[in-house]
Order: sequence, then C-alpha cells, then structure tokens
Amino acid sequence: MQNAQVMQKRLILDTFLLDITVNRLCQHLIENHRTFDETVILGLQPRGIHLADIIHKKLEKLVHQKIELGYLDTTFYRDDFRRRDSPVKANATKVPFIIEDKCVILVDDVLFTGRSVRAALDAMIAFGRPRQVELLVLVNRKYNRELPISPDYKGIDVNTIESQRVLVELEAQGFESNKIWLINKEV
Amino acid sequence: MSQLSQKHLLGIKDITREDIELIFETAENFKEVINRPIKKVPSLRDITIANVFFENSTRTKLSFELAEKRLSADVINFSSSNSSVKKGETLLDTVNNILAMKVDMVVMRHSSPGAPHFLSRHITANIVNAGDGTHEHPTQALLDTFSIHEKFGSLEGLKVAIIGDILHSRVAISNIFALQKLGAKVMVCGPNTLLPKFITALGVKVELDVMKALQWCDVANVLRIQLERQHIKYFPTLREYSLYYGINKQMLQSLDKEITIMHPGPINRGVELNSDVADSEQAIILDQVENGLAVRMAVLYLLAGVN
Repeated sequence: MQNAQVMQKRLILDTFLLDITVNRLCQHLIENHRTFDETVILGLQPRGIHLADIIHKKLEKLVHQKIELGYLDTTFYRDDFRRRDSPVKANATKVPFIIEDKCVILVDDVLFTGRSVRAALDAMIAFGRPRQVELLVLVNRKYNRELPISPDYKGIDVNTIESQRVLVELEAQGFESNKIWLINKEV
Repeated sequence: MSQLSQKHLLGIKDITREDIELIFETAENFKEVINRPIKKVPSLRDITIANVFFENSTRTKLSFELAEKRLSADVINFSSSNSSVKKGETLLDTVNNILAMKVDMVVMRHSSPGAPHFLSRHITANIVNAGDGTHEHPTQALLDTFSIHEKFGSLEGLKVAIIGDILHSRVAISNIFALQKLGAKVMVCGPNTLLPKFITALGVKVELDVMKALQWCDVANVLRIQLERQHIKYFPTLREYSLYYGINKQMLQSLDKEITIMHPGPINRGVELNSDVADSEQAIILDQVENGLAVRMAVLYLLAGVN
C-alpha cells in the first residue's frame, strides 16, 4: 500500500529471558548494596512503576527485609513543556518518605534521550538531598542520548534509530505476558 | 485528553465536562506537590503572569499569586486603585501596556460582567477570569466542585443547595454551570428579592425556606450577603436576614442526615453562618481554600500548555 504506515514488530526479549534479566538486575543490586537499610527505590511514572514493583517484590523476598518504594512523576519538571505538540498528562507522585542522605535507585523501563531522567533528578530533590543516586533501566537504547546520562544497571542494550520504538509489555500493565518488542515504523 | 479545549478560562459556561475533569486530575497532582517539603515546581519558569485586579480581592489574589509562584512563573501585580485607570485610561489600553512588557498570561478581576470576554477578542495572551462583576467566577466554582468531588468521589446525582444572595453572586452562577456539567442537581435558596427573576431557566430548583433546602441537599454552599453590590434595600435588616436564612448547629442537628457545609469566604459570622457551624466537622471551608491553590495551579499550568 502506498503511503500507508507499515509497523514491523520484532521480539527482542521473551518472557523467559526477561525473567532472567530482572533476576540478574536484582542480584546486581544486592551485590552493590548488601543491606537496603539506607536504600530506597523510586519508579518513574508512568511506565517505570511496574518494573519498580517487580524489582521491589523480588528484592524484599531475596534479602528478607522491607524496602521503601515510591513513585515519582516528572511531568511538572519536564524541559519540553509548551514545546511539544500535545502536553504530557500528569500522574500521581507517591513518595511517603524523606530521601535525605539515602541511596536512591531510580527505575524506568526504557532509557532513550535521558530527558526524563534529568527531570526525575530535579523532581526527586523536592523530597530531600540523597547521598547517592543510581539509575536502573530494563532497556538501554544506545545512540539516542541527548544528555550525559547513563544507567548503572541495565537489562539489555538495544541499538536503535530514532524512528524505532521499544515497547515493554508487562503483566502488571495488563498484558498477557512479559515481553519486549522493537517496533519499526516505515512510511 | 491532556489539553484544555479553550485558550482562556473566561467562564464555566465555555468549558466542557472533560475540561473540568482534566483540571481536577491535574489539581490532585498539584495538591500532592503543595504538601511536599519543597512546594515548588519549575513548570512555568519561562512565563510571566500579570494579576490585573480592577476590583478589591484578598484571598483570590493571594491564592492566584501563590499558585503562580509555586509554578515558578514571574508575577507582576496591578490594582486599579493606584493606577492610571484613575487618570482615564481604557481597559484595553491598560492591558495592552502591560502586555507590551511581554506578559504571557493575564489573571483579571473586573466589576463589569464580560470584561475578560471583551479582552479575549483583542489580545493573544491567555486570560483567566478571576471574577467579572455579577457574571462568573470560574476558579471558585472549580475549587468548590473539586472539594465536593474530593469528599464524595463523584458529583453524579448529588444534591447541592446554594443558599444566600444569588442575585449578586458570580460564585452562584459559575457553581450552577459546574455542578450541572458534572451531573449534580442544584437548588438555589434565598429571599425572593435576592433570587434572579429567571433563574429557573438555568434548570435549578428554587426554594424560599432554608430548612426545606437543608433537608433536600447533601451539600449546602452558603454565600455571603454582598452589601457592596446592593444599592437598594433587599431585606429590612441583617438581623432579620440572619433570623430567617442564617444557619446554626441546631438546624443541622434537626436533620436526619449529616450534610456538608461550604462557604467561598469571607464569612460574615452570625449572619449567614453561625460559628458553631463554620467551625464544625461538617464544614469544609478551609479545605476549599487549600484546594483553591491546587485548582488554580492546575488551571494556569493547563492554559499555559494550550497550543
């Protein structure tokens, strides 16, 4: 069909491998943090919160202790407000603890331009001055960074071009199974 | 939907139910922001807002100014009492002079109904109506309905009575539009002389007996007698008004249900509300003030985002 948009979907991580990846990320976190007394997890709205939930649950089970979990919305801190075609809708922030002097692990599903993480660093400061901040992402999209930001923990590296999209499907979001897709948009 | 359908907030009449719901959702997020240790967000850091008040205001002006500052906007204030309006300048000239200083948004209060609508036809900046005469006061209606929404979860089918000086009240008109758009049933109650003649055309019930109104409603929004707008006598004395329309604790206790009491402020204690009601658990008057800040932040933020 002429001028029609053809979507090509390629599976880059299936349910089995995704589970192994998330387990590896948890083990890596334990290796670096040992005890989570001074560590808190902040999932970034809207899509990072589901991954944060999964990691939080697995970690609590593995280390047998309670770990603080919060959700951070970056909408009001974005640098593209009034510069986008349509504004981003705000989501709830739930950080019922102070992060002063804590080690914060920011969790998001995909790291792309790095601008959401920059906004998150800004948003986070409203809850105190953390001792250290780390970034955990499931998918690290290489070659698209617009800011000097890189993840401390990453599930997989994906080589992408700007017209491609990475789609993370998690059961917690209502999908049938956990999968990660690479979508090509060809016009 | 993540964007308002209008570039200005001139009145509730002009906006849709979806607009109101978007404002509520955004206000919920801002309410969380204003309860943080650091209550400021950088969203409007590149925006300048002029608060242009041609009529006196204390809480609305304070609320708008604080909302603007919480959003990191640059704020300039103008009030007609010490301005060149006194020297004979027209409204349009005054505002155009302010806009020449590269102002992006105007929050305006004016004693003439329709003044912000007139302005919206001549300027490109976003306009927020902070009250135009006896016409509309949209942000007050939004914060009132937001407060009801917060308490009851939904306004669908809820019975709300607006009691007091309906004739001179822009709060009443904006509330009627907002409540009806959100599915609530509305009654107005007051002495015959303080009810607009054709108010039933808006689809509201009319009641002259305050006790019957209280028995009917789930929420009573009690309004102040606006003596400054009354150029003739609408009732013999304030004492008599208070006797027939003032709400006290005994009246609320005689009802077979617990209703919620609201008031847009400023309260004339002992006239429309007794202190035992205004300070009771049933009153959500101070919640309204807190919500006012969150709702105004939402309105300014969303209007700034309209392309």
